[in-house]
Amino acid sequence: MNPAFLELRALHKRYGGREVLRGVDFAVAAGECFALVGPNGAGKSTTVRAIQGLTPTDGGEIHIGGRALAEMGRAARADMGVVPQTDNLDPDFTVQENLWTYGRYFGLPKALIRQRSAELLEFMALSGYAAQPIHSLSGGMQRRLTIARALINAPKLLLLDEPTTGLDPQARHLIWQRLRELRRQGTTLLLTTHYMDEAERLADRVGIIDHGRILAEDSPRGLITTHIPGGVVELRRVDGELPDPQDLHRQWVSTSERVGDTLICYGTDLSPLLAHFAEDPAYRWIQRPASLEDVFLRLTGRDLREETE
Amino acid sequence: MPIRDALPGAGALAVLQRNFGVWRKLLVPSLLGNFGDPLLYLLALGYGLGHFVGQMDGMPYITFIASGIVASSVMNTASFEGLYSAFTRMSAQHTYAAMLATPLRVSDILAGEVAWCAVKGLISAVAIIIVASFFGAIQGPWVILALPIILLAGLSFGALALVMTALARSYDFFMYYFTLAVTPMFLFCGVFYPLHSLPPFAQDIAEVLPLTHAVALLRPLLTGHPPHEVLYHTGVLLLYTLVAYGFAWRLLSRRLLR
Repeated sequence: MNPAFLELRALHKRYGGREVLRGVDFAVAAGECFALVGPNGAGKSTTVRAIQGLTPTDGGEIHIGGRALAEMGRAARADMGVVPQTDNLDPDFTVQENLWTYGRYFGLPKALIRQRSAELLEFMALSGYAAQPIHSLSGGMQRRLTIARALINAPKLLLLDEPTTGLDPQARHLIWQRLRELRRQGTTLLLTTHYMDEAERLADRVGIIDHGRILAEDSPRGLITTHIPGGVVELRRVDGELPDPQDLHRQWVSTSERVGDTLICYGTDLSPLLAHFAEDPAYRWIQRPASLEDVFLRLTGRDLREETE
Repeated sequence: MPIRDALPGAGALAVLQRNFGVWRKLLVPSLLGNFGDPLLYLLALGYGLGHFVGQMDGMPYITFIASGIVASSVMNTASFEGLYSAFTRMSAQHTYAAMLATPLRVSDILAGEVAWCAVKGLISAVAIIIVASFFGAIQGPWVILALPIILLAGLSFGALALVMTALARSYDFFMYYFTLAVTPMFLFCGVFYPLHSLPPFAQDIAEVLPLTHAVALLRPLLTGHPPHEVLYHTGVLLLYTLVAYGFAWRLLSRRLLR
């Protein structure tokens, strides 16, 4: 593996008495896509802000390209692109004016800005909209423009904070394709998301973060096989009553859990379980391979999280 | 945070340019306001009220009021831009957040915003000067020297407004500033009548307010006389600019770099 391009060591951050980062450690190799997944309030956005040098931390270090962020200051942001969680395009400007204005913030020469803007609009499939006002774009197009804008300085590191939240499947797939293309071109990607399918599709490695700590870190496949070997069967009763009240399933599964009206069974061979319940008309069942979402829920629990970030 | 971070760099120009770019898109309604409002004021107060007032401080009332309106318009324009427009950019549009994701720093954003407040103040002042000169209410060779003073006054009102914006949680907060600062300055700092007609204690209060010093410099410059105590008046405006900028920088840094 390449040497670490981005490295976080024992990062701590407090807001008042509340500890939002409690020793975050991870490293991202050059050209890798790393996804930080976690529930709301887990510390994802704070971590992304810290990497930009936009939040004073209470301990720990961040190194980018072998240099300490604290010493680089704002110069670090010259080689970064940021796709923020909240859209902040300039509503008074057209599509291309947004890119031109943003390029000036980096102090880039005008000719280079014009050239890159045209290339990036092409890359994000927005060429036909260059002179359109922002409000005429759909949500997915605005997001694509935000990504194009984040690339105006040809960054080595692209930070994406929940890049596809709120988009329809078509828009998400187009964005995923472009992000994979960027990764192939050598851009290092750090992505936060709470969509497990997004992390599974994009990331070489995934870090699961909760309560300000990395709980597990591996390839998506590796996380699944380590934490949930085998497959999954979900059982539910048609009448909404508790499924399998006598706990018969225990003999056929490696682990199981009850979530509301559903019994979720994990195991390497679940066919005896299905043989028992599949024919019973009182039951509805789903058999599926274990996913990153199962790992995520197992590690972070099933409690609802209020929006705090 | 090291104090050298308070000094803006070239990035402030990119911020200024961004604001200018947006203004240019809304040029027509913006200029209509710049020219229309002072025209109405000059007609109503200069001719209407001026008919009964006659001379004030040795000049026709319309001449007296024209220079006052130039100064108060710089205050109003720069304050409005630094309060409502800047707050919109900061909170509703998240423009500052977008800027901070680039090598721009808080000081670049703040300096660009304050400079833009001053430029908008200058635009409105020049519009009034043009309109008033058709009425013969602006005269003399000193007018050109009024322009840097207008910019300086715009910087001080802009910086003060950005202190408020850095503190604001909502637009309603700005009513305090208008009622407690902008409106009293508009009425008691020599825009409509000379300061010496006020009781002594009110004159003392007016003496510490920035608009008084802007009027003291601009009225002579716009009516053909060299102003008195130039260093003192410019010094007060400069002090307001620098102190307010320092406060605004501290407050904005605390707000944006959490």
